[in-house]
Amino acid sequence: MKVTNYIKLEFPSCSSNESFARAAAAGFAAQLDPTLEELGDIKTAVSEAVTNCIVHAYPDSIGKITMRLRIIDGEKLEITIKDRGRGIEDVQQAMLPMYTTGGEERSGMGFTIMESFMDKLKVKSSGSKGTSVTMLRTIKQRKSPL
Amino acid sequence: MKISTEYLDGRLTVYLAGELDHHGARKTVESISEAIDAKLPRDLTLDMSHLGFMDSSGIAVIVRTYRKIREAGGRMYIENPQPQPLKVLDASGIDRMIPIAAKREVTT
Ligand SMILES: Nc1ncnc2c1ncn2[C@@H]1O[C@H](COP(=O)(O)OP(=O)(O)OP(=O)(O)O)[C@@H](O)[C@H]1O
Ligand SMILES: [Mg+2]
Repeated sequence: MKVTNYIKLEFPSCSSNESFARAAAAGFAAQLDPTLEELGDIKTAVSEAVTNCIVHAYPDSIGKITMRLRIIDGEKLEITIKDRGRGIEDVQQAMLPMYTTGGEERSGMGFTIMESFMDKLKVKSSGSKGTSVTMLRTIKQRKSPL
Repeated sequence: MKISTEYLDGRLTVYLAGELDHHGARKTVESISEAIDAKLPRDLTLDMSHLGFMDSSGIAVIVRTYRKIREAGGRMYIENPQPQPLKVLDASGIDRMIPIAAKREVTT
């Protein structure tokens, strides 16, 4: 495994940063020459993970979110989104489709979407240290038309 | 998010434009609710031809709108979603409740 490029961003959990985070991820991923569909998948997964930090990790306050993006072996994008918020008691249950603690403003589909739009999803959480979500997506290198 | 509406013959068409995420979700729900309360339509069509992005926060907006329309005995339709919003709609299985009409040519 060789990391050929990376970025690390830190921003407060304001909802106006949702669109910033997905645009930043798409901008970084562009060097892998993804298709429009792949870019859409990356933006969607980032939007889900960042929104979870904003609405669940820090429900009544503004906290720090970090997003790290790495290019691995020249063809894989690894996305790690971390908060130091409330944490998830039962990660397995939280990842079930339709499971939500968010009431009618949420649909409980965030983790399901991250899982189906990315190749791999790993969630680590503890009450005192917050939650970290790592996603991996291989961007197939297309042959140039020339 | 930009939201505009059109009312004709008992049908309210809601045009969504921009990016529908958690940041714009509350305002979107409010705008749609206000339009429903003002016009009391029978049916509602959500036109997504100018919606460039949507995540699961949009799914919750759609489900809430659907409930409101259903309570009054009406039907709801989704029209012209672009590829990214369509993929999120498909992942949510919402087409079991609300018919999604495929992209038709936009003539403007
Ligand atoms: N970063 C986080 N910190 C604390 N709890 C979280 C975090 N992310 C997710 N959760 C918990 O896991 C549940 C499921 O998350 P998921 O994203 O699948 O659904 P949701 O956010 O509730 O709804 P949706 O994503 O459809 O808007 C949440 O309701 C919440 O209880
Ligand atoms: Mg979520």
